[in-house]
Amino acid sequence: MITVIDYKAGNLTSVMKALDALGCQATVTADPEVVRRSTKVILPGVGHFQATQLLEETGLTAAVSDAIARGVPFLGICVGLQWLFEGSTEAPAVKGLSLFQGECERFAPGVKVPHVGWNEVRVNPQSRLMHGVEDRAFVYYTHSYRAPVVTETVAVTAYGGPFSGAVERGNVMGVQFHPEKSGVAGMRVLRNFVELAC
Amino acid sequence: MLTKRIIACLDVRSGRVVKGVQFVDLVDAGDPAELAKRHAAAGADEIVLLDITATHEGRGTLLDTVRRAAKELFIPFTVGGGIRSADEASAVFDAGADKVSVNSAAIADPGLIDAIGRSFGAQAVIVAIDARRATNSADPVGQAEVFVSGGRTRTGRQVIEWAREAEARGAGEILLTSMDADGTRAGFDCELTARVSEAVEIPVIASGGAGTAEHFAEVFQAGKAHAALAASIFHFGIADVRALKRELAMRGVPVRLPC
Repeated sequence: MITVIDYKAGNLTSVMKALDALGCQATVTADPEVVRRSTKVILPGVGHFQATQLLEETGLTAAVSDAIARGVPFLGICVGLQWLFEGSTEAPAVKGLSLFQGECERFAPGVKVPHVGWNEVRVNPQSRLMHGVEDRAFVYYTHSYRAPVVTETVAVTAYGGPFSGAVERGNVMGVQFHPEKSGVAGMRVLRNFVELAC
Repeated sequence: MLTKRIIACLDVRSGRVVKGVQFVDLVDAGDPAELAKRHAAAGADEIVLLDITATHEGRGTLLDTVRRAAKELFIPFTVGGGIRSADEASAVFDAGADKVSVNSAAIADPGLIDAIGRSFGAQAVIVAIDARRATNSADPVGQAEVFVSGGRTRTGRQVIEWAREAEARGAGEILLTSMDADGTRAGFDCELTARVSEAVEIPVIASGGAGTAEHFAEVFQAGKAHAALAASIFHFGIADVRALKRELAMRGVPVRLPC
């Protein structure tokens, strides 16, 4: 069972619609016990890092950590990727999961913020998540904060400097772009995730 | 490199796509869901659906149309027209929109921008501004005025000042329509677009006046637009998005190709 976490922030419709188009039955939940029983977990994107505070308060952080520890594939989208890092200057008091090193920061002055639109990704060909997505393919971004490039970065985009477009370590994965809004390339990423063996 | 976006706009009235010249003389141009899908397949970077009659007739947005159009659309989808509250915006998001565009209601209650941004994120709020040059002013572009209710009502507010307030309240993008240029197919108002783009940090989508590929190149280069929107030229097959993008690429404009 694929679970999409609803933490009362943002819009789940597009992600559900994309999963549906892939023939995938996903369940929306805010219940930590349902997350613990899932075979795959998706944490969709929202606007502000502060919103992830609710995950901690409702026990969802612990449930996701348990699922990840069991090897359940996890995909964070947008702020869902940022949450996998140590934190974000957008909400310094809120801690991330710290599965990847570093802190998310606002784009440096000199580029328009938010970064909105289709930008290209340099793809690591070893990545399971990005498999079949051509190097320099275009994906759709909309965000003001970005995660640093780390050793687990599997897709890099440059906008006022390079940042993590996608990260992957084992079954823990994240994308800063919106696969549900990135046309054919994005649907390929989602399909790669839902077809992962678990 | 971040590409310049070509946005196909569907002006919808009573569930049908229409397009007029300078907001009047509406002509029927087809089914919104079908056209949205066709534009996406032809390489449009985004789709905007504007319920152009919602405000003055006091109707709500056409949720059924939105739902049908959103169903098979996997590129960004914006809906505007008649959204007066965060609750109404919420219903539009539930129907499948990724962003909402607010116009008259935001002028009447600017707090609406903050309210939608708080619930759905700034990236989900586009403030649409219908602008007309102040022809009797010494600085007709700098003094350009905001109009609302489908261009029927003047507000006395200056476009640049309103764009800055919208940004400060958390708008993610500005959709700037030149009422002087709209529907003429004689080119965008590049001067006005550049002035607004320089005044704010958020992206500006230029609208009104598209007729040729050269017009798009002009508004991206001289007009400093991040995206450009067009309706009628696509509906009637004058230019297909992919062909337009190929021409733009040859003129040195970064675009999403292949698409």
